[in-house]
Amino acid sequence: MRFFTSENQRLATEIIGRYPKARSATIPLLHLAQEQHGWISDDAMIEVGRLVDATPAEVKGTATFYEMFKFAPVGKYLINICGTMSCQLLGADHLMHHAETKLGVVAGGTTEDGLFTLEHAECQAACTEAPTLQVNYRHQYRVTTESFDQLVDDLAAGNLDGEIPPHGTLGRVRQAIPADKSVGAVPPTEVDGPPVWLAVEGAS
Amino acid sequence: MTDLASASEVNETGVNITINGVRVVAPKGELVIDAAERNGVYIPRFCYHPRMEPVGMCRQCLVEVDTGRGPGLQPSCMLTVSDDMTVDTESETTKRAQEGMLEFLLVNHPLDCPVCDKGGECPLQDQTLAFGPGESRFVEEKRHYEKPIPISDLVYLDRERCILCDRCTRFAKDIAGDPLIHFMHRGNETQVLTFPDDPFNSYFSGNTVQICPVGALTARPYRFRARPWDLAEVESTCTTCSVGCRVAVQSSRNELLRYEGVDIESVNHGWLCDKGRFGFESVNSDQRLAGPYLRDVNNSDQLVGTNAALEAAATAIGAGRGGGGVGVIGGARLNNESAYAWSKLARTVIGTDNIDAQLADGLSAQMVLSLPRATIADATSADNVVVIGTDLKEELPVLFLRLKGAAQSGRIKLTELSLLVTGLSKHASASHRYVPGELAHAVGELLASNPQLASGSTVVVIGRPSAADFPDEVEAAVGVLTAGLPLATFLPALRRGNVMGALDMGLSPGVLPGRVSLDEGRDWFGSVWSSLPGEVGLDTAGMLEAAAAGRLDTLVLLGADPLADVPDRDLVERAFAGVGSIVAIDNFVTESVKRANVVLASTAFAEVGGTTTNLEGRVSRLGQMITPPGTARADWMIAAELAWRLGGDLELESLAQIWSEIEAVAPSHAGCTLEVVEAEGAIEGVVVPIPKSPDLAGAPSGPASIRWSAPALAEPPSVDGYSLRLVARRKLYDAATNTQMAPSLANLAEQAQLMVHPGELRRLGVESGTRVNVTSSRTTVVLSLVGDAAMPRGLAVMGLRQPGLAASELIDLRAAITELRIESR
Ligand code: SF4
Ligand code: SF4
Ligand code: FES
Repeated sequence: MRFFTSENQRLATEIIGRYPKARSATIPLLHLAQEQHGWISDDAMIEVGRLVDATPAEVKGTATFYEMFKFAPVGKYLINICGTMSCQLLGADHLMHHAETKLGVVAGGTTEDGLFTLEHAECQAACTEAPTLQVNYRHQYRVTTESFDQLVDDLAAGNLDGEIPPHGTLGRVRQAIPADKSVGAVPPTEVDGPPVWLAVEGAS
Repeated sequence: MTDLASASEVNETGVNITINGVRVVAPKGELVIDAAERNGVYIPRFCYHPRMEPVGMCRQCLVEVDTGRGPGLQPSCMLTVSDDMTVDTESETTKRAQEGMLEFLLVNHPLDCPVCDKGGECPLQDQTLAFGPGESRFVEEKRHYEKPIPISDLVYLDRERCILCDRCTRFAKDIAGDPLIHFMHRGNETQVLTFPDDPFNSYFSGNTVQICPVGALTARPYRFRARPWDLAEVESTCTTCSVGCRVAVQSSRNELLRYEGVDIESVNHGWLCDKGRFGFESVNSDQRLAGPYLRDVNNSDQLVGTNAALEAAATAIGAGRGGGGVGVIGGARLNNESAYAWSKLARTVIGTDNIDAQLADGLSAQMVLSLPRATIADATSADNVVVIGTDLKEELPVLFLRLKGAAQSGRIKLTELSLLVTGLSKHASASHRYVPGELAHAVGELLASNPQLASGSTVVVIGRPSAADFPDEVEAAVGVLTAGLPLATFLPALRRGNVMGALDMGLSPGVLPGRVSLDEGRDWFGSVWSSLPGEVGLDTAGMLEAAAAGRLDTLVLLGADPLADVPDRDLVERAFAGVGSIVAIDNFVTESVKRANVVLASTAFAEVGGTTTNLEGRVSRLGQMITPPGTARADWMIAAELAWRLGGDLELESLAQIWSEIEAVAPSHAGCTLEVVEAEGAIEGVVVPIPKSPDLAGAPSGPASIRWSAPALAEPPSVDGYSLRLVARRKLYDAATNTQMAPSLANLAEQAQLMVHPGELRRLGVESGTRVNVTSSRTTVVLSLVGDAAMPRGLAVMGLRQPGLAASELIDLRAAITELRIESR
């Protein structure tokens, strides 16, 4: 049994083709794996290693460097509440406490229905909008206890399905790269003259 | 002189720099840390290792450097010298930086030195004492991890002690090519780890333990066995295979405890393979043969004194000498001096030329001795290297490392021709497969399609591809090579420890010491030895056939186990049944020794000094560290005693005196005196023959060297569509006695199985892992059949000597190839 679905397998092959070296596709493929399952299992890392010709240890070494890869199941919605200075001053602690009560889990935990994982986060670069949180890395600004409850209820009811896809979904992986901009199309060793992108950008 | 700097890229143009106020000249491209060390200034370091690319990971080597823009702190392991650079390793700023780094490194270090194997030889201890702040301001709780975790069967990791220097992980990836350990997580959580259930099973894992600058990595065979200050040490040369890596042999209370790699430029660069590194366990084994015994007619063993055993051995050999003949098999375990003594004993006292250090599993001695020889340095700097036949990773591991490194750096263009994908395949510019029985033709095609091989320097590494094929095939292939590449030099990939020394000492029929043939050397040796056999004797295969036919009275097994090693078990069985008596001289009671009538115990590695010769022809010193068990004796002493009891006298008295005799009589060893081999700085050893200095060029030096001519190209054997051709390959860990007697290595040997392409499984209609009947012209055996997409179609691959079943059961050594028929049961 292959790890990736046949559609994702096709996409994986395409992603690898974007780079002169298969290894460069490690992180995009990890994202693809996380999109497929919501988190990254050992099997996923073994398969990514196989695809990019790296050992599972190398893949895991790369993957575990990054916060956004999860190595245990997380809820469909990952809620990160910022706790850095501005948010802290504007009630982040209170918000976190409220969120824990509302969801019935402590920070780091996942609700029993598998819908929500609650996490504490460092600065989300939106200090003017404090306190902030992110749901699957989509910002929510000036969050109050009321707006938090509303958000959770909407998510649970599926009202926000159009805006917030399940955890792991990332647009970039799906980004199509026109053939003439794909690095893999011309191995760097064979490029003569200015890089393709420069020619294209310059022309516009 | 070879210094550490030679590992990095250094050319001869000098650069003027000032180190601590002293003007010195450094070669362009040299790293500041090396330039300083060369001039007697040691800069502390953890991550920098002269045999690996610098990474600037630990920052311990920060020193104040001024290149004209004012002084600043720079990591000296990442900085190359430049003109008018000023380096201050003792300034207040440098001192504060180094103290600060050490204070940081010790923040999380557990300082459990009293229970740490590294304590006493620990760079962190030593450099903290020399360069550290003396005390720490850190009062918080340290990081905690489970202590220690096994990362393989051989290596344990204590993450609390790790200082994240990246040496082990860099070694695993860049040097060994087994990136199975890696930094995982980030920041304060960063740790070295393997992937779950994917242990650090590298043939070279022990090197990480040696280069870890703290006690984070420890080797199971040594853990808690000794403190460094209790170890006695002698330098020696590993004789586990014919690469001949330089090692420091360490012991305590007459027990071997550890081997450490010694860095020599020409061979191992400080690395060892795990089989060599941990093989000391077999020397210590309580299964060692500690004294002689006789087996009587009722098959019961009777322990006897050495005199009685020698008497019995002499009687058996004497009976053969007077009657149907004596044959001596083995000798590659011996040091050069013992090999010479046995060569002399056989030729002069026993009067036979039936002597062979190879067990019908190697290459023609005449061919090996007559080919122009390359060194490892030649092979790592040639324009082209062609590796033919063997999987060097399995057979000569550190030679594999050296060639892999040279290929990766782009210095050499590596071309491979082998039956199967090998460890080197992915590092080769081109890797070709051929079909058993067709090597010579494949070589012809290779030469035709690669004309560049004939231009520039080419080194050919040649070994025996499969013990299931007729060795003539290799000779014919070499014939094609020497004709097509007249300037090529060769590295013979023979596996056994001192097989090259044994061949140089004449342990092969028709070959006398010093690479001369019996016929060409007749006059010369006739004058220095008392007598010589009349005609060329039998090789191992010939001796076994003669014994099987009742034409040989006595077989002497000189550290040989033909039942296990000769690729034709049936022939050995018949030979043992047909021979009058067997005298065995060995370290262990092997399967073959069990069949001997007289058994004498001999010394093992580190129990006797002398010299050994590696595949390049490099003669280097062996060190004696411990005394042998019981009454075991050096093989040359046994030879001398036997000569005496047979009414002769070898006139050999000590290792030193034997070496002088070798230097005097063996033409290839002329000039290689003990003084030369032992000279200060000669840890690199001496490659024989030593080129003659011009003023000696005209001097007579004994007979001309050996001649060999390639056999005619045979027609490839015809293809039988129903059979699979057997490939009997060697794996590093197998059922060989020395591996099985080392508890840490024994379990690393894979069980015997037959591997085929999955397509063959489908054709046969069986699942992978099914046990099947396997039939050759010799016998039918039961083996589990495993599918593996790396196997070429039409071949069936098994280890020559894996536990469970040896391929030798299936092989007829007089058949050009071995065909197998596979049926479900
Ligand atoms: S285990 Fe040893 S060699 Fe490896 S990174 Fe840690 S300190 Fe360095
Ligand atoms: S490569 Fe050979 S000589 Fe070197 S350590 Fe291994 S067994 Fe010993
Ligand atoms: S030795 Fe230079 S940074 Fe580690």
